[in-house]
Amino acid sequence: MIFHIIWFILWGVLWAVFFMLEGFDFGAGILHSFLGRNETEKGMIRRAIGPVWDGNEVWLITAGGATFAAFPTTYALMFSYLYSALLLILFALIFRGVAVEFRQKGQGAVWKKGWDTALFLGSFLPALLFGVAFGNIFQGLPMDAEGYHGTLFTLLNTYGLLTGLLFVLLFIVHGAIWIALKTEGDLNRRASQFAGTVWFLLLAIAVVFLIYTKFATNLYANYFENIIWFIVPVIAVLSLLAIKVFAGKGQMLKAFFSSCLTIVTVTFTGVVGLYPNLIPSSIDPAYNLTIFNSSSSVYTLKIMTVVALIFVPVVIGYQIWTYKVFRHKVTAAEITEEGETY
Amino acid sequence: MDALALSRLQFAVTAAFHFIFVPLTLGLSILVAYMETRYVRTNDEMYLRMTKFWGRLFLINFALGVVTGITMEFQFGMNWAEYSKYVGDIFGAPLAIEATVAFFLESTFIGLWLFGWNKVTKKVHAISIWLVAIATNLSALWILLANGWMQKPVGYVLRNGRAEMVDFMAMATNPYGWSKFFHTVLSGYVVAAFFVMGIAAYHILRKSDTDFFKRSFKMAASFGLISSLSVFITGDFHAVEVSKAQPTKLAAMESHWETQEGAPYYLIVFPDVQNEKNSIEMLGIPKGLSLLAFHNGNAEVKGLRDFPKDERPPVLPVFLSFRAMAAMGMLFMLLTFLGWILERKDRLEHSPMFLKIMLYSLPLPYLAGQVGWIFAEVGRQPWIVYGLLKTSDAVSKSITAGQVFMSLAGFTLVYGLLALVDIYLLAKYARKGPDSNLSPIIKTTTMAGGGR
Repeated sequence: MIFHIIWFILWGVLWAVFFMLEGFDFGAGILHSFLGRNETEKGMIRRAIGPVWDGNEVWLITAGGATFAAFPTTYALMFSYLYSALLLILFALIFRGVAVEFRQKGQGAVWKKGWDTALFLGSFLPALLFGVAFGNIFQGLPMDAEGYHGTLFTLLNTYGLLTGLLFVLLFIVHGAIWIALKTEGDLNRRASQFAGTVWFLLLAIAVVFLIYTKFATNLYANYFENIIWFIVPVIAVLSLLAIKVFAGKGQMLKAFFSSCLTIVTVTFTGVVGLYPNLIPSSIDPAYNLTIFNSSSSVYTLKIMTVVALIFVPVVIGYQIWTYKVFRHKVTAAEITEEGETY
Repeated sequence: MDALALSRLQFAVTAAFHFIFVPLTLGLSILVAYMETRYVRTNDEMYLRMTKFWGRLFLINFALGVVTGITMEFQFGMNWAEYSKYVGDIFGAPLAIEATVAFFLESTFIGLWLFGWNKVTKKVHAISIWLVAIATNLSALWILLANGWMQKPVGYVLRNGRAEMVDFMAMATNPYGWSKFFHTVLSGYVVAAFFVMGIAAYHILRKSDTDFFKRSFKMAASFGLISSLSVFITGDFHAVEVSKAQPTKLAAMESHWETQEGAPYYLIVFPDVQNEKNSIEMLGIPKGLSLLAFHNGNAEVKGLRDFPKDERPPVLPVFLSFRAMAAMGMLFMLLTFLGWILERKDRLEHSPMFLKIMLYSLPLPYLAGQVGWIFAEVGRQPWIVYGLLKTSDAVSKSITAGQVFMSLAGFTLVYGLLALVDIYLLAKYARKGPDSNLSPIIKTTTMAGGGR
């Protein structure tokens, strides 16, 4: 019982940290061609995420691996039911990763334009589709003893798309703040301005999302049962407001941490509401995939807990250290003089 | 084709494609780390140029290894949901450990290495590529322990309608997995050695930057000689594990039809699958097969006829892929030995024929790795987990043939495109050769001992 709950929390943490870290990579990737007015500025945006995006993406791999190890039935059904959506995410992530690494290795307008498009789509599509996927998980999937009764298009319902839009906006604001944080001069100014403007749209969508969640999902049931949990969405709203306050004062680091907190608490608003389900069934609660009926044996959960307790803090330690190594702003001179690192 | 056949084909295609990049990463990370260590120790700028040149090729290759790896983890759930449900309790653990222990380390420090030239000290920079090399090899260990469990399931009981882990250490110390790990990573080192020797040979033939490439060749030849000898030895040990765990694979790889004690090894043999015998059988070495398979000349070797037809793997591909792998393995020992001798006698520049052979041999270790995997995976059929779960029972129930057809078409297209880009970039930078003068920023800071 206790190990099921530990892994449910860890499951939420892995996704939340993934969205928090990869979120600004996605945001920067989406904004790359729009905020970057010339090759130098584009280079600065790519350099802002260059050293860290790969390590950030591993949180996704680990979230997937942990779901497999701790909740194999959920892993199996979620991945096979959402086959086409995951395939799109996969292709997008492939193109994104390759775009970051290969863009500077060739010449010519077509080559660069092609990878710019790949970087945009490779950042935008996963942001949208992860939102759509989680929106649908919050609502529940049409599944019963016979399996899944839906297609890719079943997922593109109003609430799913709304959640997708929420994710995209969260990541765009997050990414714009990161760009502002990591750059100087004109790009820095435009990025903070952009974050401040899009923030209003994000706020509007977030409010609609919180209200619509009441009607589209069962998430709030847990909250009304134990009112203390409302602290999570309340923090989400407060930190969302804090983004604007800090960004307005030009305190971008504080704005960035507020934006991190927003993403984590938005994720956990869903996670708390889901408990004890991992994927509810929209047909009949009898077919809900819960942390109890879809989990590994207690023995496996114990082994994996030991592994996580030893290694996750180590990972967090060296990842924080590399962020510190690359804490300085990316300068235009760095991009033009150094050119390719290799 | 149905969803099962298409899913099998898709897994084969995506795994084979992933394994184009993995072996080079395994070996070249070590070579580049060694080059940079030499640079830190000696301050000889030649080693810095080597680190940069081979490091750039390493990075191009590494990027594709990473992105094609995500596919593999997703696919277990997407296409093989029944498998994942049935064995996830024990099979999921090594995958999750691989991500936690190895992928984070690898991906975090590759970023540091790539962008950290003037941000950390020379020593820390060299350590970061060593961490990448260690992480890459650690990741191979955990994924091969996972695969080793599919080949020889251990440490589980059948309970609650699935395989549940009862002994983590049995899985983590599975001799099948460990012997496979050593054999596989060492074969990756051979790939890297031939990659470096092949490109070096190209430049030595053209007399461009000869010193640089002779030194690269020398390093790779020693590395390759030790590795190809070790691949052979670990292959022999692994074969004993295979023989113990999977009698059907052993019988198929040797085209051995009749159960026999003290079975001979035929140097020339060809299977006649229809009539369940061999159409050619010549030059038998008495007790050879028993000796090879079990390290015991009198051991009994089960023949294919003793197994029901629906539990035998397809004989011909298993038989051929094993022979091709073994033959290439011997060729690698010969070529690396020759390279090592010629280099020691400083005869490389005067052996254009040998250099050409080395250039055109560059793809062979890749090919050997591919047929090695075909042998290992096709040889396990019809089982997905040997003796426990059949491949036909493992496929997702919710996916349709149309869906998998579309995804397979997508993978073929996307991977085809990536392959073209990869080959283009590798060829471009391999041909270009090392930069003659290093970027001023990098030079000054690293010469000054780094620092922030």
